[in-house]
Amino acid sequence: MDDRAIETPVSRAEPSQAGRSSLRQWFERLLPFASLLVLFILLSIVSPYFLTVTNLSSVARQSAVINILALGMTLIMVSGGIDLSVGSVMAFSGICGTMVLQSGAPLSASVAGAMLAGAAWGLLNSLLITVLRVSPFIATLGTMGAARGLTLVVTNGMPVVNLPESFGGLGDGNIFRIVPVPLAVLVVLALLTGFILQYTRLGRYAYAIGSNVEAARYSGIPVRRYVAALYVFGGALAGLGGMIESSRLMTGQPTAGQGYELSVIAAVVIGGGSLSGGEGSVIGTMTGAFFVGLISNGSNLLGVSPFWQQVLIGAVIVAAVAFDEFRKRRRAVA
Amino acid sequence: MCRPLLLEMLKMEKAYEGVQVLKGARLAVAQGEIHGLVGENGAGKSTLVKILAGEVARDGGEITWLGRAAAVESRKEAQELGVSMIHQELNLAPHLTVAENIFLGHEPTRGGLIDRAREISETVALLSNLGFDLDARAPVRRLSLAERQLVEIARAVARATRIVIMDEPSSSLSTREVEELFGVVRQLKERGTAVVFVTHRLEELSEVADRVTVLRDGETVHEGPMPRREFAELIRAMVGRELRDFFPPRASSAGGAALEVRDLSRRKDAESRDFQNVSLRVCHGEIVGIAGLVGAGRTELAEAIFGVKPADHGKVLMDGKDVTIRSPEDAIRCGMALLTEDRKHTGLSLNLNVAQNITLANLTAVVRKHVVDLREEERVGQGFLERLRIRAPSTRQKVGRLSGGNQQKVVLAKWLFRQARVFIFDEPTRGVDVGAKAEIYRLMKQLVESGAAILMVSSELPEILGMTNRVYVMRDGRLAKELVTAETTPEEILRYATLGEPEIMH
Repeated sequence: MDDRAIETPVSRAEPSQAGRSSLRQWFERLLPFASLLVLFILLSIVSPYFLTVTNLSSVARQSAVINILALGMTLIMVSGGIDLSVGSVMAFSGICGTMVLQSGAPLSASVAGAMLAGAAWGLLNSLLITVLRVSPFIATLGTMGAARGLTLVVTNGMPVVNLPESFGGLGDGNIFRIVPVPLAVLVVLALLTGFILQYTRLGRYAYAIGSNVEAARYSGIPVRRYVAALYVFGGALAGLGGMIESSRLMTGQPTAGQGYELSVIAAVVIGGGSLSGGEGSVIGTMTGAFFVGLISNGSNLLGVSPFWQQVLIGAVIVAAVAFDEFRKRRRAVA
Repeated sequence: MCRPLLLEMLKMEKAYEGVQVLKGARLAVAQGEIHGLVGENGAGKSTLVKILAGEVARDGGEITWLGRAAAVESRKEAQELGVSMIHQELNLAPHLTVAENIFLGHEPTRGGLIDRAREISETVALLSNLGFDLDARAPVRRLSLAERQLVEIARAVARATRIVIMDEPSSSLSTREVEELFGVVRQLKERGTAVVFVTHRLEELSEVADRVTVLRDGETVHEGPMPRREFAELIRAMVGRELRDFFPPRASSAGGAALEVRDLSRRKDAESRDFQNVSLRVCHGEIVGIAGLVGAGRTELAEAIFGVKPADHGKVLMDGKDVTIRSPEDAIRCGMALLTEDRKHTGLSLNLNVAQNITLANLTAVVRKHVVDLREEERVGQGFLERLRIRAPSTRQKVGRLSGGNQQKVVLAKWLFRQARVFIFDEPTRGVDVGAKAEIYRLMKQLVESGAAILMVSSELPEILGMTNRVYVMRDGRLAKELVTAETTPEEILRYATLGEPEIMH
């Protein structure tokens, strides 16, 4: 058998192609960071209030909740799914947690309660998707409505109040007087999520399922079980986010987290996650979440109305997805 | 032949991703004749007619239409000439009615609006003219497969066609429906429309075709009048390539039965079955082939054994022991591996890199205390890169960027790392260039020498003849014949795959 005949055409064709594509990949990978940096510099120039400790710490607090939710969403979207119910589940779990707290239980128990409530919604989502075979989009659109409705039913539309003073520490406290607690929580969770994605079966299978669910099945991966785990993880993070949000407001708001799904999905997509699955990273998602956070902070500083902010974020998410599609088309042609 | 030529395709060339599919093929069709186009799977028949229909751009060659050079660079151009194509998989909109489908893209209009009344009346006239018993207002989704085929034909005729191409029209039809189809084909001929009939089934073809062209490996090897009874010459032309010594020497010693299947059946729908009463046996150290035509149920059988869509009747035994396989997980646990025919869809995770694909079915082996040992994974990947001579710049390369042959080796590496003992290869060398083919054959050979068992589904007769110890020929969901490879001929295999009633084996 003539090996050289096989080898020559391949080795001639591949290096140049690989070189060009890796250059392009680098550009694509760096684009979110570059955008964040540009936005940061722009805001520093146009607003004198932007580059202050108070403002940046408030950006960190505001972005932290979106960011924590987005970590769960990253895992889900890497596996080719989506969770529209994230904002509603966050509100539901926040109410559960604050009610536990109101009844006199310690903070740890109430946070655990909130995370458990979120995880239960995640499990429900995954069952709808894997057992009833409802598409993730529709399944979570349904639970988005259901969770919000149940929250309003349970609270009768009234916020949960009279929470212990110490609860405020979760959202508004600082570690070493300078690091906001939510930011610290976020960093820990980001490390955890990054670790899951890179070093565990759950993360690897999330990529495999999102990349090609059939190939995953043909490789003997118990797809349902892992999809369930991903949604449960996302739900639990939404629960934790709900408690942090409640702590910042010092009330359990049944209307909390409305429209968060938009910002959260925007964060993942801006960070290089793909709506068709198989792609996404923690560092990218965090970049995306801070990008979204800066847009709303910058708008506030510049006196843009919150109504317009929603328009802006909507436009950014569409632009990010359009770019993603464009990129894929070009890759398909190449 | 006295009719003047309608079209002539000369020196047609086409390559897909470096694989040469057409190598100077020729096709000449006279006006108003029924012309059969036959050849083995992969001979280039579909590609050739798709070029004529403007669906595939040719790399080289000339097309002459009524004595003049024609470009035929788009579907539209082909339609303007009068070429209509009826596809293997029908192209109808199921929710639209028969009339709407027939006029899709050419709707009669009045004042910018669709003239529904005229659409219907013209359809009714057309259908009765053709003698089709179809309701113009019926939504296509309610029609049977054969009726849908009629709609496609009516659509082709509605476009004032000079030539209709039918790509394997009878593969999904019953005998009676085929008869009806032939009636229509003859009718088209009477109207002066030429028909190119792409098929495997020589007997059927002999009922209608005037002339026949045989393709083999992208070349035209035979042209002439269609014989009515004696097909030996055609079959020889279809197969007749010498078997190059490309294949490693056949494995000789066979051990005990590694995989045994007894009386396996699976329903497709109320009336038909994907396959039925299939019993076969593969021994350690043996390569057993499953030959047959596309649509004979071979892939369905392979996937049922592997638990993708389990059979609803019958038994699977491994090393003589009953096993229950309800999912690929079960099959893999029993030591089975399936290398699917469609690598991109079911074999590989294109977004993952080489090493990640290799460990996918056996990640546990590189997990230490719940953590994936990336260095170990890299080492495993590197090992297979060298052992199987996978040509990739590194184990970090995403598999989507590899050539077909190297992708197939990655899939094989995945199952080797899982330490599978029974391998089912479904079309192992599809989309693989000649050089890599030889290497894959060599690897398969090494596998059986180490005591593994291989069941190989293949549409390529040389592959079946060159690689296997025994071969089962499948036809219409049944095993029509078991043959010892050393004692058979391509003609014999093809005969069992294409002709006559199957001899049922138990």
